[in-house]
Parts: sequence; structure tokens; C-alpha cells
Amino acid sequence: MPPYLSLAIWVPIVAGLAVLAVGSDRNAPTARWIALMGAIAGFLVTVPLYWQFDVTTSAMQFVERTEWIPRFDIHYHLGVDGISVLFVLLNSFVTVLVVWAGWEVITTRVAQYMGAFLIMSGLINGVFAALDGVLFYTFFEAMLIPMYLIIGVWGGPNRVYAALKFFLYTLLGSLLMLVALIYLYNVSETFAILDWYKVPLELTAQILLFVAFFLAFAVKVPMWPVHTWLPDAHVEAPTGGSVVLAAITLKVGAYGFIRFILPIVPDASRYLADFVITLSLIAVVYIGFVALVQADMKKLIAYSSISHMGFVTLGFFLFSPLGAEGGLAQMISHGFVSAAMFLCVGVMYDRMHTRLIADYGGVVNTMPRFAAFMMLFAMANSGLPGTSGFVGEFMVILAAVKANFWLGFTAAITLILGAAYTLWMYKRVVFGPVANAHVAALTDVSRREFWLLGVVALAVLAMGVFPKAFIDVMHVSVTDLLDQVAKSKL
Amino acid sequence: MTGVDLTPALPEIVILAAASIILIVDLFVPDARRYVSYWLTQLALLIATCVTLTGLHAAGVKGFHNMVVADMVADFLRIGCFISVSLMLFYSRGYLELRGMFRGETFVLILFALLGMQVIITGNSFLTLYLGVELNALSLYALVGSQRSHNRASEAAMKYFVLGALASGMLLYGLSMIYGATGSLDVDLVARALNGEQPNRTLLIFGLVFVVSGIAFKLGVVPYHMWVPDVYDGAPTAFTLLIGTAPELAGFALALRLLSGALQGAAIDWQGMLIVLSVLSVVLGNLIAISQTSVKRMLAYSAIANMGYMLMGFLTANRYGFSASMFYTVAYVLTTLASFGVVLLLSRAGFESDRIDDFKGLNQRSPWWAFIMLLTMFSLAGIPPTVGFYAKFLVFEAAINEGFVWLAVVGVLASLYGAFYYLRIVKLMYFDEPIESAPLVARADTRVLLSANGLALLVLGILPQQLIGLCAIALTQSNFP
Repeated sequence: MPPYLSLAIWVPIVAGLAVLAVGSDRNAPTARWIALMGAIAGFLVTVPLYWQFDVTTSAMQFVERTEWIPRFDIHYHLGVDGISVLFVLLNSFVTVLVVWAGWEVITTRVAQYMGAFLIMSGLINGVFAALDGVLFYTFFEAMLIPMYLIIGVWGGPNRVYAALKFFLYTLLGSLLMLVALIYLYNVSETFAILDWYKVPLELTAQILLFVAFFLAFAVKVPMWPVHTWLPDAHVEAPTGGSVVLAAITLKVGAYGFIRFILPIVPDASRYLADFVITLSLIAVVYIGFVALVQADMKKLIAYSSISHMGFVTLGFFLFSPLGAEGGLAQMISHGFVSAAMFLCVGVMYDRMHTRLIADYGGVVNTMPRFAAFMMLFAMANSGLPGTSGFVGEFMVILAAVKANFWLGFTAAITLILGAAYTLWMYKRVVFGPVANAHVAALTDVSRREFWLLGVVALAVLAMGVFPKAFIDVMHVSVTDLLDQVAKSKL
Repeated sequence: MTGVDLTPALPEIVILAAASIILIVDLFVPDARRYVSYWLTQLALLIATCVTLTGLHAAGVKGFHNMVVADMVADFLRIGCFISVSLMLFYSRGYLELRGMFRGETFVLILFALLGMQVIITGNSFLTLYLGVELNALSLYALVGSQRSHNRASEAAMKYFVLGALASGMLLYGLSMIYGATGSLDVDLVARALNGEQPNRTLLIFGLVFVVSGIAFKLGVVPYHMWVPDVYDGAPTAFTLLIGTAPELAGFALALRLLSGALQGAAIDWQGMLIVLSVLSVVLGNLIAISQTSVKRMLAYSAIANMGYMLMGFLTANRYGFSASMFYTVAYVLTTLASFGVVLLLSRAGFESDRIDDFKGLNQRSPWWAFIMLLTMFSLAGIPPTVGFYAKFLVFEAAINEGFVWLAVVGVLASLYGAFYYLRIVKLMYFDEPIESAPLVARADTRVLLSANGLALLVLGILPQQLIGLCAIALTQSNFP
């Protein structure tokens, strides 16, 4: 069997280096084509991960293990289970979209832009596939570098501030995680993540480890109150950057919760579950209200992302298979929907160079096809049945009601809030009479944009109509993981 | 015993002979052919490296009545010094030529400074170590002040000299106290005295405080760091590069020989002192670096902070910690070589380019050098996949292994706000528009070596195993506890 996971990591990185080698903007078309080929190749090598995936086992599959640094028992150890495999696919898929979305839009330093995205894509695949603590950390940190450059070089007017804030915020969390990883190594004499699941730990140690990991991942998710970097980063990042941030890097944080926190420190997780659930509910409800009043479309979607990710952490800390699977489904769905929403804003921004809702109005008159696409995505964002957005939210709410009625009730408020902020924005931007001359001059989506949005629309509908294809993959792994969490390590 | 066995000090003899020969040859070389001296210096470094490599020591060999020791640590650090001095000469050739410092004295002084470092590295007696410290320091004072017409350089040399004299005074004073307590200047005998019947404890600790102060000055850690920013800033950039690289290896050796070799028995006492030095350095060094507008000053404070991290491994007082510190020092020297290499490329005739703003838009002027600088900055910040990450990883691991989890937490928090100023350089290079558009010019040899040096940060950051193993083996073979 070919080393699919290594290919998923290294094909984009090598392609990215090849793109960088193209160099100056005179060769921009070459850079674009190499980038697209690299992204597509990177996606194709991940497809077998789905076809050949065995859904009946929770064991790691496609495992690769080579000695890396024997002095610390560090291995180049890759593998995926039902929890992580879908994210490798999602990431590789989104990378194709991002390259495509930046096709004509990015005109300066094209090679560096495309190269940065491809390298980042490989690194993110590494995060999801790594089964060794140091390997995970290496990928986890290294992906900050391209993102920092993407926001800072191709971002909006306040890009420098946003890029720095993004970097330092995420670094804060991950540095403490490094201490936690080394501590775990000292206790267990290994960096194998799966071996850490079995290491007995006292409650005090568990709580301290929980805090270190929690900071790392909560910043990434991001959870209230450490979410403030996200709106800044989103608003300033170029469209592709926003797409990857929302669709993928936020998932890295949530993935860390389920890969590290729950199984490694289960007692602390149960002990502090109420705390996390409270923060999640604040994110869901309070940030929902914050989203309602935003004047900038990207900011609105950014806040909506925080609110949706609150569902994910809520689902995880209910400790039921339904909740955890709901959380994971929500992650995948949000990957599609937020990517689509940012692509939509990007389409409008490329024409009008403004993201303010007030500058728009009556877009449907000039861009009917675009309006139809955006309608679908707005509905998915508000959790309409039949779209992917419904699946995860419904499962989490169901699990929450089972745990405690009021918990479920509070979480369900989002169904109203989500619909309110998304559809209200949609109404103000798309419906009504043509607001001004700029809107009147808009042209409908180009063929490139049509297919771009069309592919995502298919994914959103496919997951909404047939969620089983996604849930089945994760079911056994999630059940097994929760059994693990149920066992005390004291 | 009939004759004296010269082999332990053979590389030192090579360098001393080379320095003397160049001093004479240079008299007969016309100005236009100054490169003869330059290449002779490079040749001397090459020969010294080869001599060291052919006579590698598995176990320690003592010579000159136990005054010097050649062990694996010594071989490793000596080669490190040769390579870094050689790279320093390659990188700074253009810089020196433009400023009229491409002269015989420069090369001779550099070789004598190097000789001083080698003497420190192989010293097995308090006297030898002190001699090495002085020889190294005096040569460096002269180099810093060698641009006589520049007030800032003269001022820096003066400061360096006065503070350096104070520090070596403290070192000497401390050593004499320890001599009083143990009755010996020989590193091995002092160690034995400490293990045997209890020497005069008060006297010993009193001396130890001064010894630690002297070492701390050499390393430039808080609160003995005052000279570092001024000297880094005032000295011609080429010599800043020299001061920031090879002497750090010698400083590590000095600490190792004195604190571990001789005073391991008092580890419990110097451990506490090093904790204070280390914490102050990482916290203050990183903090003050943020407000600097000069690259050289910024890198000076970064050096202070980095030596603080190095001590974090050292203060564990065991072999793992020492090898972590050694790895840290080597990684730091490698990174500093590359970063100052780029700073040197930026400078031109009559233009020092030591303002941070000079890095503006470097990515548009010379993307490759901007990338190398980016690697050095992320390496200094400790972000994977650069070698700086493993350097920090190792020292934190060593500290946590000894139970100093809090120290590691302080370290990572300090490196968080430390990341800010490294990122600022990246920001200037990548996010800002260039003030001027001319690409950087570099000699062919510099291009190759500086690129290799920069890429080494990445390669060692991905495959650090060999270097980690080498550091561990060196310390094991050399019988450090």
C-alpha cells in the first residue's frame, strides 16, 4: 500500500516549493498552474483514504512509523482513525478551492501566495495525521508561519496588526502545550499519543495538563473569551486565508480537544466539563448576538464561526456518542459552509472592494445566479434541514437535551439567532431595490466562480441529505474513544 | 617522562604559529594583495580543523602537567569555533574591505582571540582558563576599537574593556578563594577536594559567587549584561558577528570546566545562582529587545535572552542538561552567524544598515536573503521546523526532567513575547514596501556559504538527531556527571 498519509503531507509541500521556485510575477500563469496541479494531486492522493477506510475498527489505519529522534523516542508516526480521516480529506479539498479562488484575484507575488497555501495544506494534513507528540507540535506550530505571511502580505489595511495578533495568540497556547507534552514524556517515557491514553495521572497533574492543552486548543477553536483574534484575522486576511482559517485551522483546535484532552486527561475533563460547557454556551448565545450587530460581512461570518464552533466543544463535553459525533459533523459541515460564505463575500469584494453590508442592497437584481448560491449557503449557515448545517446542530442539541433540558434549550437558541443574523444580512445585501450605482454595475459570477461555488454547494447538499456517509466513518472510533474517556486514570 | 606530549594542544599550536607567521608575512604584502593574509588565515583555520579531526579524542587526554585537557567536548567545541570564525571571515570580507579594516592586524587579532577561546575550551586548570579568558578578551577589545575614527566603536571598546577587566578581576578573585578553600588550582584536584573531606564551606561559596559572576559576564546574562548591547551596537558589524558567535561556545566551555568539572560538588549552590541568572535573562532580555530600533541592539538583547535559555539546561547540573545546553549554544551560534550574515549583506560603503527599518521590503529586493533571515528569526523564536525549536525543546526537557516545570513555564512565556520582536523583522521584510529597490549583492563564496548556513537551520530542525547524539556522546565520553 502506498504511504497515502505521507503523500497527503508531502505532495502539497513539494508542489508549494516548486511554485515558490517559479519566483517572480512574470511567470504568474506558470505558478498558478503548478499550484492547481499540486492542489489537485494533493487531493487525489487523499481519496483512497476514504475508499479504503475500514469503518468497522477504531484502530489507526494507514499507519506509518519510522524512527526519527531515538534519543527521545520520537517517531515519524502517522495514522488516521474515523475522527481524523475526514479532516485530511476536507483540508485537501479546501486547498483546491483556495487555489482556484485566488486564480485571478491575486496579482502580486502570486508564486509566494500559492506556495504558502500549498505548504500550509501539507502541514495541516500533518497535524491531523500525526500520532507522535513532537511531530504533531512541529506541524501545529509550523503552520503558523505561512498563515502569518498570508495575512500580513495579502491582507487588508490593518493586516499587520491582525497577523501579529493571530500569531502571538496562537503561540501563547501552543507554547504551554509544549511544556505539557514534555511533561507527559517525562511521565511516560514516550511521545506516542496513543500510549498517553493509558498513562495514569493524578487529578492535580491532570488539571494542570488540561489547562495547558485547553489554552492551546481553545485559542485555536476559538472559544469565548480568547476568540478576539479571529474577527481581526478574518477581516484582514485575503479570501483564501479566511477560507482556510475558518474551514480548517479552527478544526485543528477542536480536533485537539478530542485527540488530546478528552482521552489523556479524562478525569480532569469530567471535572471541568461544566466549565467548558458554560464557555461553549456563552459562545453559542452571546457571540450569536454579537454577530447580529456586525456591519462588516466578514466579521459577521467570523462571529458566526465562533458561535458554531461553540457547538462543537459543547458536543464533545457531553460525553455521549451522539454529542461527539454531532460535534464532528458540525466541524465538517462548518468547513464547507464557512468556506462557502467567505467565498461569497470574496466574490462580492472582488467587484466592489467593500465588505460593509450598508454598501450593498439589491444584489439579486444584477447577480441572480450568485444570489441563488448565497441563499443556499445562508440557509446552511442557519442550520436548515437538508443542508449540512442541520446535521451537527441537531445531533448536539439532541444530546444536550438528553443530558439536561435547559442545556439543550439554551443551545437551541442558536437556531433562532443563527437564522436571524445570517438571513438578515442576506436580506440587506441581496434583496430590495438596487442600492447604488456600484451595485447596478455588478456582473454575475464568472464561469470560474460558478464552478467554485457549485462544487461547495454540492458538498453542502450531499452532507445534508446523506449524512450517513460521514457519520458511519467516525462512529466506531468515537464510541471507542468515549469508552476510553469513561475510564478513570486516577 | 622525557618530553612533553604536545598532542592535546596541537590545534592551539597551529593557530599560534599561523598567527605569528601571518604577522610577519603581512609586512611584506602590498595593500592590493591583502587577500594573501586573508587566505592564509582561512588556510590556518582549515589546517587546525583537520588537525583536530585527525586527532579526535575518545576519552580525555591531559597534557602539560594537567594544565590542559583534550577530550571530546574540547574537540567538538574547537571545531565549532574554527568553522564559525571561518564563516565570519567569509561573510565579512566585503564589509572589512569597504571600511579599510581588511588588514593583517585584523586577521592576527582574530586568530589570537580564537586562540584564547581554544585555551578556555581545553583548560584544565584555573590558571589556564584565566589565561584563555584574558587572551580572548584583550584581542576582542582591540578588535572592537579597531575603527579608530568612529566614536561609537571607541566608546564600545572602552566600555567593554573596563567592564571586562572588572569581570576578570572578579573571576580571578573567586578562583583564588576556591584555591584557598581547596588548596589546588587543578580542576581535577579541586573536584576531588570537594568530594572528599569537607573544605571550608564559607570560603568556597564566597569564591563560587565571584566565579559565577565572572562566567555570567562572559556569557552576558542579566545582571552582568550591561556591556552586551553597547558592544554589539558600537563594534563594527563584522566583529559583532565574531563576538556573538565563537565566544559563546568558549563561554559555555568555561562554565562547563569550572562549574561542572571543578565545582560539581557545589552544584547545589551554583544551581540556585544560575536559576536567578537564567530567569532574569530570559524575562528581561526578551522584554528590552522589544523596544530596540537598532538590529544590532535587538540581537544583543536576544543574545542575552538566549544565553538565559542556555543556562536553563545547564542549571540541571546533569549530563542531559549539559548536552542540552551544548546543543543550544551550537544552534544559537549557527543561527547568529546566518542572521548577522544577512545584516552584513545589507550594509554598504558608509552605510551600516543597523536600523531595523533597513529590513523593510527585503522580500521584494532579494527574496532569497529575506527567506534566510526569516529562518533565522523563527529559529531564534524557537518555532519548528527550525533548529531553534529543538534547542528550546532540549533545555525545557532537561529542566522539566529535573522537576523545574515552573522554570520551563517562565521560559515559554518569555519566548512568547520574545517572538514579538523576531516577528517584527519578518513583518518588515515581507509586509512593508522597500525604501530602496536594489537587490543585495554578495560574493559567490558568501552566497553559497550563507545559503548553506541558513538551510542548515532548517535541515537540523527537521533532522536534529545527529547533532543531539553528538552533544550527548561528547559529554558522556568526556566524563561529565
